[in-house]
Amino acid sequence: MSTGKLHRTPIHWLGELVIQPVEFVGDFVLFSWLTFKWVFSCWPRSSVIWPALYQVGVLSLPVVVVTGAFIGMVLAVQSYDQLRVMHLESQLGAVVNLTLVKELGPVLAATMLAGRVGSAIAAEIGTMRVTEQVDALEALGADPIQYLVVPRFLGCVLLIPLLTVVADAIGIYASWLFSTAVLGVNSYYYWNYTYQFVTLFDVSSGVFKSVFFGAAIALVACHRGFNARAGAEGVGTAATQTFVYSFVFILFLDFLSGVLLSQISQWLYG
Amino acid sequence: MSMPALELKQVSRQFGTQQVLREIDLQVFPEETLVLIGESGCGKSVTTKLLAGMLEPTTGTVFWQGRDVASLSAEEKLRQRLKIGYLFQSAALFDSMNVYENIAFGLHQNTDLKESTIREIVQDQIRAVGLTVDVGRKKPSELSGGMRKRVGLARALALAPEIIIYDEPTTGLDPVMSDVVNELIITTRERRPVISIIVTHDMHTVQKVADRVVMLFPLAGLEPGQPQVIFEGTPEQAFSSREERVYSFVHGDATRRLQKLALA
Ligand SMILES: Nc1ncnc2c1ncn2[C@@H]1O[C@H](COP(=O)(O)OP(=O)(O)O)[C@@H](O)[C@H]1O
Ligand SMILES: [Mg+2]
Repeated sequence: MSTGKLHRTPIHWLGELVIQPVEFVGDFVLFSWLTFKWVFSCWPRSSVIWPALYQVGVLSLPVVVVTGAFIGMVLAVQSYDQLRVMHLESQLGAVVNLTLVKELGPVLAATMLAGRVGSAIAAEIGTMRVTEQVDALEALGADPIQYLVVPRFLGCVLLIPLLTVVADAIGIYASWLFSTAVLGVNSYYYWNYTYQFVTLFDVSSGVFKSVFFGAAIALVACHRGFNARAGAEGVGTAATQTFVYSFVFILFLDFLSGVLLSQISQWLYG
Repeated sequence: MSMPALELKQVSRQFGTQQVLREIDLQVFPEETLVLIGESGCGKSVTTKLLAGMLEPTTGTVFWQGRDVASLSAEEKLRQRLKIGYLFQSAALFDSMNVYENIAFGLHQNTDLKESTIREIVQDQIRAVGLTVDVGRKKPSELSGGMRKRVGLARALALAPEIIIYDEPTTGLDPVMSDVVNELIITTRERRPVISIIVTHDMHTVQKVADRVVMLFPLAGLEPGQPQVIFEGTPEQAFSSREERVYSFVHGDATRRLQKLALA
């Protein structure tokens, strides 16, 4: 009896090994391209966009506040020990806040949001996919990318930078509080060194990066959701993959923008 | 014979390495009621989604009114697609919306009608499928299986489609509710000239509504080159067929399958 599945030989395996990643990347790029086309041409009605903004922005606030506070305090503790050896503890503010706004704030906030927002989006769209609701949208004349992806993409791209600013601010405040109240750093020096070493360029480069992190989270999450396999397991897999893939994507983008931004800052400040 | 309204020509469809359909030819003619039967997983839903333009064939061509769907512009495709109403196997109601919003969705999306007009159409549809207007406020999760199917039908009919595809409309319903749905299919057809394509395992439905029956067979059970459409004809021909696979399906006779399992 022959089967519907093609007969597989080692050559098939090798072929699959090459073709599958290429197909995957191609599909993702095509998906992103379609999303951009809709973002720049036609937004869905506002009644579709608001819930997405609420889901991404408002519901993430508690997570981001807690994350920001702990990053700030952890940084203060770690840096204090090292600076004290060199008797530079008065410069703690500069070290902590520079790391916070340039690196750890944006990256860790994005990581948290990939877990909270990304997985939720993937699970939601994945459930719609496997229960034929995505097909139903299409049958009723709504473009699923315009209707489902664009609002979530806008939510992530607009609000994840904003949430990063919140995380930064909370982190700075928490580290100041901890440094002055517990570690005994002088408050005047703390701020003075912070102003001296943390430039507007540093702050905005952090926020700038988070725009791309937001886009990456939204695209990965929606793409995984759209390709979810049938069953509860398929939806769970889509959510897990979203976190893993977007985390790797975030680190990759962070590296890329790090290289790029350091070039720009060298060019700007010599 | 007149031009088919929908046609699959030598259509194959593959998902990854799994081939589901192989070189299917299928024509659907104006005003007919076509019933698609075959065991679970043989590709009936995939076939209807290909007909409705929700899936693209891996190879082969889908025609709407004699025109290759792949060659249509986006707007043209949208306009044609709205002429096809689709009742999904799982009803596929939007979980985030209540019943009213579900039924009104296509109207909100594609027309500039006033909300009062839309409300009238939606309420008409709700009554037409035998529900009361106050279910409009309920969420899909609060409905029973039969109600979900009927809301799905109301939603599919709201845009007054010329072609209606019913994917297993009676599966999972009790016998009385099944008959209610069968009657709905008939009254819908009587109200105006439509094409109905019905996927079903329910021989009552076949007897009651079919003009023509097509039976698909799972590719896994076929040799290369054997056709996947194993029967095409009137319901009477289907019920009197001596072809083993058709006979055992239509009469629910598992003798041969059991013999096979015993041998394996
Ligand atoms: N979107 C899809 N992705 C992958 N496989 C699919 C998809 N849709 C259907 N299939 C597979 O195609 C086969 C036929 O499915 P279907 O047409 O739903 O069968 P049925 O005749 O019961 O309606 C099944 O094995 C199913 O797993
Ligand atoms: Mg099916």
